[in-house]
Amino acid sequence: MRGVFMRKNKTANKKKVVVIFFLCAGLLAALAGRLVYLMVFRSDYYSERADDLHERERDIKAARGEILDANGTVLASNQTVCTISVIHSQIEQPEEVISMLVKELGISEETARKRVETVSSIERVKTNVDKEVGDRIRSYGYAGVKVDEDFKRFYPYDELASKVLGFTGGDNQGIIGLEVKYEDVLKGIDGKILTTTDARGIELGEIGESRVEPVPGYDLQLSLDINIQEYCQQAALKVMEEKQADSVSILLMNPQNGEIYACVNVPEFNLNDPFTLNTDVDTSGLTDEELQDLRNQMWRNSCINDTYEPGSTFKIITMSAGLEEGVVTTEDTFSCPGYKIVEDRRIRCHKRTGHGAETFVEAAQNSCNPVFIEVGLRLGAERYYDYFRQFGLLTRTGIDLPGEAATIMHDPENIGQVELATISFGQSFQITPIQLATTVSSLINGGTRVTPHFGVRVLDSDGNLVKTLEYETQDGIVSEETSATVRMILESVVSEGSGNNAYIEGYTIGGKTATSQTLPRSANRYISSFLGFAPAEEPTVLGLCIINDPQGVYYGGTIAAPVIRDIFENVLPYLGIRRAEVPEETTEQ
Amino acid sequence: MGKAKKRQVDIVLLILVVILVICGLVFLYSTSAYNGRVRFNDPAYYFKKQIFATALGILGMYVVSKMDYHIILRYAPAVYLIALGLSTAVLFFGQEYNGSRRWLSLGPLSFQPSEFAKVAVVLLLAWVTERTKNKTTSFRFMGLVLVSILPIVGLVGSNNLSTAIIIMGVGIITIFVSNPRYLPFLWIGGAGIAFIAVFLSVESYRLERLAIWRNPEAYDKGFQTIQGLYAIGSGGIFGKGLGSSLQKLGFVPEAQNDMIFSIICEELGLVGAVLVMLVFALLIWRLMVISTHAPDLCGALIAAGIMGHIAIQVILNIAVVTNSIPNTGITLPFISYGGTSVVFLLGEMGLALSVSANQGFSRRSVTKT
Repeated sequence: MRGVFMRKNKTANKKKVVVIFFLCAGLLAALAGRLVYLMVFRSDYYSERADDLHERERDIKAARGEILDANGTVLASNQTVCTISVIHSQIEQPEEVISMLVKELGISEETARKRVETVSSIERVKTNVDKEVGDRIRSYGYAGVKVDEDFKRFYPYDELASKVLGFTGGDNQGIIGLEVKYEDVLKGIDGKILTTTDARGIELGEIGESRVEPVPGYDLQLSLDINIQEYCQQAALKVMEEKQADSVSILLMNPQNGEIYACVNVPEFNLNDPFTLNTDVDTSGLTDEELQDLRNQMWRNSCINDTYEPGSTFKIITMSAGLEEGVVTTEDTFSCPGYKIVEDRRIRCHKRTGHGAETFVEAAQNSCNPVFIEVGLRLGAERYYDYFRQFGLLTRTGIDLPGEAATIMHDPENIGQVELATISFGQSFQITPIQLATTVSSLINGGTRVTPHFGVRVLDSDGNLVKTLEYETQDGIVSEETSATVRMILESVVSEGSGNNAYIEGYTIGGKTATSQTLPRSANRYISSFLGFAPAEEPTVLGLCIINDPQGVYYGGTIAAPVIRDIFENVLPYLGIRRAEVPEETTEQ
Repeated sequence: MGKAKKRQVDIVLLILVVILVICGLVFLYSTSAYNGRVRFNDPAYYFKKQIFATALGILGMYVVSKMDYHIILRYAPAVYLIALGLSTAVLFFGQEYNGSRRWLSLGPLSFQPSEFAKVAVVLLLAWVTERTKNKTTSFRFMGLVLVSILPIVGLVGSNNLSTAIIIMGVGIITIFVSNPRYLPFLWIGGAGIAFIAVFLSVESYRLERLAIWRNPEAYDKGFQTIQGLYAIGSGGIFGKGLGSSLQKLGFVPEAQNDMIFSIICEELGLVGAVLVMLVFALLIWRLMVISTHAPDLCGALIAAGIMGHIAIQVILNIAVVTNSIPNTGITLPFISYGGTSVVFLLGEMGLALSVSANQGFSRRSVTKT
């Protein structure tokens, strides 16, 4: 009885063990199913997450495109510099590494030892190391020493055209100048290095790294010519020193197509050291903000970023409007008593005794204020303002540099007779030098408004043409006839009138001088300027020289015109504009 | 006597154990090399300790398998008392590691009493059942069994909840096997689920654990789970190859411990992981066979208890690693790092082998009755 019970009991025990086994087998099968879900259907999701965790991405900077002058001379390029780092966990010969670092980098043994013995994932030893030194260090082949190459912007000519070219910041991104304007062209596409690391961030050498190669930026070729720019810079520095002026700007462009040959604003600053002020100002007591203000001031390109009262050079505009409108002709005669009364104001001519009887052409040669006031008044405020607009003076020139300043002009309803009179000889409003040069270009080139520019074409790193940059033009600013008359009058200003100091034998040169007093008038500060172009019949070079606050003689015709003459004398032959044969030369032959 | 002729150990079980031990050592070395190198400057640090424990365990397994389990069973109460004593001692003199006191230091060796407690419980339950003879169907027996293991469950559970759960599980399996009825166990199962529900809701941190389980990526504490899932998921079907895991490089914390299965998944893929599970299933199957062929009830219960122990640990471990249940620290038998664990697991295998070899004693035990 007991035996039977026991056997029954025992069978039950066995059954139960089997039940447990199948229960376990079932659970294991369910878990296997869970694994299939995780490892097949969720595999992509988790792998991706895991990869994100393991991979460290390092950027490889793309080489920034070069900036070339009209001849292909490199104005802005890249220097390969190296960053030397040590990885503590990978160093096998610490003593050798230390002595190598001391020898190659010229650092103290103490510093080297500290870097090598610091327990960290990666320790930077030195940045901005020359490529040759970096290559040498690499050639030692020590484990745990890392040499990373990087690019640093380099300007071979330091100060040359500093305010045009601009410079880049630490991340190789343009900060001012063409470097900003053409950022997209120059920057290229950064590459990547993907490395796998462990949880402490240490790279796993055995897995290696995958690279996405960087694409270098395109090169930018300018119309700016280094030889012209250098010559203009020297001329500017010379006159700045002679006249103890605050600053001197010189702009040289082609009035036919808007290409700028030179744009000088002295004092310039060193592009390779753009954060150091170019003056001897004591900066010790300045706040960071004040210091930055001074830097911003230093970086300004006065030809584009600043406005001024153009003065008598603006008579070219009044002249063109008057001729175009037919309110004046070259033969019209005027009488200058030395002043002109407009409403209740007595506006003086610069020649107090007056020019007496003179034709319109003679008035231009004399830069006679009363005559140009008369022409302005004949036009009337409304028509004058319409010409102002038609000549493009109310819109920006569209030059390819950032921060172009807008014209500061009276509202049309506020222009009374007195305002009109002052506008007529270039006072009581402000424009940028580039605006003046561009507007005069359109008046002397037959009536086509061009867009002044530096960028001409985009090239790839092998020098192949990628794109020719195109700029807007607008025809019909003035008639061909008016334009020809203006050229003729301005030629006579140089050959016979106040611009005589710009005369070069064998060339036909047109031009106009200006001397304007800055505000407040009581400060007795002047801006002397001269705008000239050659050849007068079909100008291909237009030059503008502006001298800020010269000491002593301040007449534009006396101090600014010779600067342009000097430049033209050298630049015109350089540009292949031939001097007309003069008798002396024939005899010499 | 013909005793020698019958003393034939179960060769299939032995082969399965050897496979698991060898694979375990390979996985352990692969998984722990990084941690060993980083912490102790010796990639083989964990491996050496484990291989020493394994050697000790194999010796133990051999000795135990040569013994008559009835003789061992006589000392079950003593073994149980020693286990109780050691579990008490660890509360006072134990070494703290990762915030819990689980180790007793004996010179250069450290010993985890909770691992010993599992074996002690298996033996004790077999002994108790043997004593109560045929009254195993009574509720009094069930109560007796539960009462007899409660002290150790309480002691171990005070600082190692997971092991307490395993011990409870082994107890319940033993009762289940010794009792021919099914219905009461449905009640017990229902009561167990109710208990767990109450247990979880009483303390908010346990509910938090539940929340982490549901969405481990949203919690900082889900880090280990998430890292395990990354390892498993990135393994794919065929894995990255033995030794090629990236997650073991400090991403899965203490990869050689509880989470080792996730690294197996990463390195050997779905195929390798399922093969490992298959070996465990075969081991459980073989323990079932030994249990059902045991000469007497106590032998059957010993084998069933061991089977329950292995099954519970394997299932819970894989369930935790795959985030199928909330996280709790349970090691994977034979594979996770842990000297005490491997020594006593091999000792248990010795017991199972002894049961398998002692089939000839069935007649004697019957006659003895």
